[in-house]
Amino acid sequence: MALMPIKFDLPKRVKLAQGLWLLYWVSVMAGIMIFSLGLFFKIELRKRSEMMDNDESHFVPNLLILVGLIACGANAFGGKVCHDSLDPAKFPKWKPMVKPYLIFCCFFNVLLLVTALFCFLVQFSIYFALAEGLKNGIKFYKDTDTPGRCFMKRTLDMTQIEFRCCGNNNFRDWFEVQWISNRYLDFSNDEVKDRVMSNVEGKFLMDSVPFSCCNPGSPRPCIQHHLTNNSAHYDYDHRIEELNIWTRGCREALVAYYGGMLNTIGALVVAVVVLESADMAGLKYLTTSLETMADPENPESESEGWLLEKGVKETFSDLMEKLKSMGKGNQVEEGEAAATTS
Amino acid sequence: MVLMKMKFPAEKRVRLAQGLWLLSWTATMAGALTFCLGCLLKTELRRRAEVMDNTEIHCVPHTLMVVGIASLGINYFAGRICQDALDPGRFPRWKGFLNPYFKVSLFFTSLMLLAVIMSYAMKGSLEASLKIGLKNGIRFYKDTDTPGRCFQKQTIDRLQMEFQCCGNTDFRDWFEVQWISNRYLDFSTKEVKDRIKSNVDGRYLVDSVPFSCCNPSSPRPCIQDQLTNNSAHYNYEHQTEELNIFVHGCRETLVKYYMGLMNTIGAVVLSVFLVQGSVLVSLRYLQTSMEAVAGQENAEIETEGYLLEKSVKETVMEYLDPVLKIIMPNQVASSDEGAEAGNPAS
Repeated sequence: MALMPIKFDLPKRVKLAQGLWLLYWVSVMAGIMIFSLGLFFKIELRKRSEMMDNDESHFVPNLLILVGLIACGANAFGGKVCHDSLDPAKFPKWKPMVKPYLIFCCFFNVLLLVTALFCFLVQFSIYFALAEGLKNGIKFYKDTDTPGRCFMKRTLDMTQIEFRCCGNNNFRDWFEVQWISNRYLDFSNDEVKDRVMSNVEGKFLMDSVPFSCCNPGSPRPCIQHHLTNNSAHYDYDHRIEELNIWTRGCREALVAYYGGMLNTIGALVVAVVVLESADMAGLKYLTTSLETMADPENPESESEGWLLEKGVKETFSDLMEKLKSMGKGNQVEEGEAAATTS
Repeated sequence: MVLMKMKFPAEKRVRLAQGLWLLSWTATMAGALTFCLGCLLKTELRRRAEVMDNTEIHCVPHTLMVVGIASLGINYFAGRICQDALDPGRFPRWKGFLNPYFKVSLFFTSLMLLAVIMSYAMKGSLEASLKIGLKNGIRFYKDTDTPGRCFQKQTIDRLQMEFQCCGNTDFRDWFEVQWISNRYLDFSTKEVKDRIKSNVDGRYLVDSVPFSCCNPSSPRPCIQDQLTNNSAHYNYEHQTEELNIFVHGCRETLVKYYMGLMNTIGAVVLSVFLVQGSVLVSLRYLQTSMEAVAGQENAEIETEGYLLEKSVKETVMEYLDPVLKIIMPNQVASSDEGAEAGNPAS
């Protein structure tokens, strides 16, 4: 009992071949799209690798690039097979390759699903990488004279401006580190000396934030210093002030940004899986309908196409038996060898 | 004396028609590209419309859009005509259409060139518009509670951060206006009262700039206040300090940005102009060479094609004569009378 048989006459076969050829080319475009998305994600990760401590894993974008390339190649091959299928002179050379190609497509679909799963799971890894990276970024903000870290200030300032965020969890992270370098502190000043001595580790801590935390949408000029001191500024209450500086933390902002990107990519990969399955079904119908022609010499003859020759259960049990017999093959040989030696 | 005569055997005519068909498709794409570039330029100009005083510069993208659409029409007809050109039965119906078609096409093609020239010529107008717009933007920076001006602060802040510039001509423009609203000034403190009294107009002027002038590439935390007072900050000298705030003025930066954009667009439009011009020239040759075939028994004869039937001077005079007759009727009439009076006498 074949699975989902359909009768095909010549015009129907021609339409199937043409439609399938078009679908394969759409799938090639989809493969190119996955490749470009993988490349885009890789570039975005590298752009902000300083925020992730240069430690981020490029496994997912590399996998996307690889999968995109394989999809392009496999679908181009499928399109070529379709194109030649209605020409009785050209089709026989592709006939033996169809079965292994379909098995390869099955495994490729599984790989695509695994890729989509990784896209959704890698967001956790990015979260932890960002937490660590931003913490270090804020710590090394002042080290603009240390080789290897001199651009940390600029990178962090541009990130806070672009993503409209301040600090790691929120702006109070800036209160806990010394973000003004000693080079610019006047140690002959009493105020500076008091502050440094009152701190256990000798750090100059203030309740101030860098200028990049300022919100341009605030109606008043930005208040950066003495943020928790209401009397230092006219008509200012730090508990209810909302628009002065960005309240969101940069980790949350960057995770939301990457999360959105990855969710979109994962959804597109799942859509490509559906497209690939449709391709496989179409190709199976086309090849089976060409094989079962009542009169092979007459191209106008009717034929039947199906997805599986026997039902799902029977095909599955056949497959299991084949695997078992392959395993038993070794045992039978050993038994024979033992019988011959004894 | 015809202009630029060329001989066209039958085979050359066929090749001309085929080449023209391909060229007209290329020119159609080029026309669509011109339209898109016009839209792009208009979008970019509209994005910063708040710091521009007038919209005179918008005539450049408008011209580009008009030319783009017109060239789609021109090239569509060019393609249709060259398809019919080789068929002696179908070609005559285009006869009456072709002369006005060429006049209209020449007009729109020269408009393309005009758009490129305008984009250079209007640099001064753009700069003047930006000067006034930025001056107003800086003046109304503090008016975040006035309807119609409440987003001026945000616009100027974002502009300065994005284009990495400060002020109109340079950062000192901020020293000349009160950019801190009175709502946030404590009039009970002596310092504020002194400053306001020392100013003729009663404004609170400071040698400070807003935070959006700060340069993220500076190695030290941003110094915004008391910029000209070296002793207010440790290890600071305002004459040699370069990286602290942005040194360029926003007017200069924006003019450079827009001129760069228009230069690129101008270069592309010039090449589109060349393509379009070659379409028109080829079509003219095809028309004149096919017209000579009409009425002949053998369609395979060699014919001549030309650009203008008479020389350039004579063609121009032909068009100007009726215009001159209207402008100076007395001169022509008096010369006629003089000739008549002279004739009976002789």
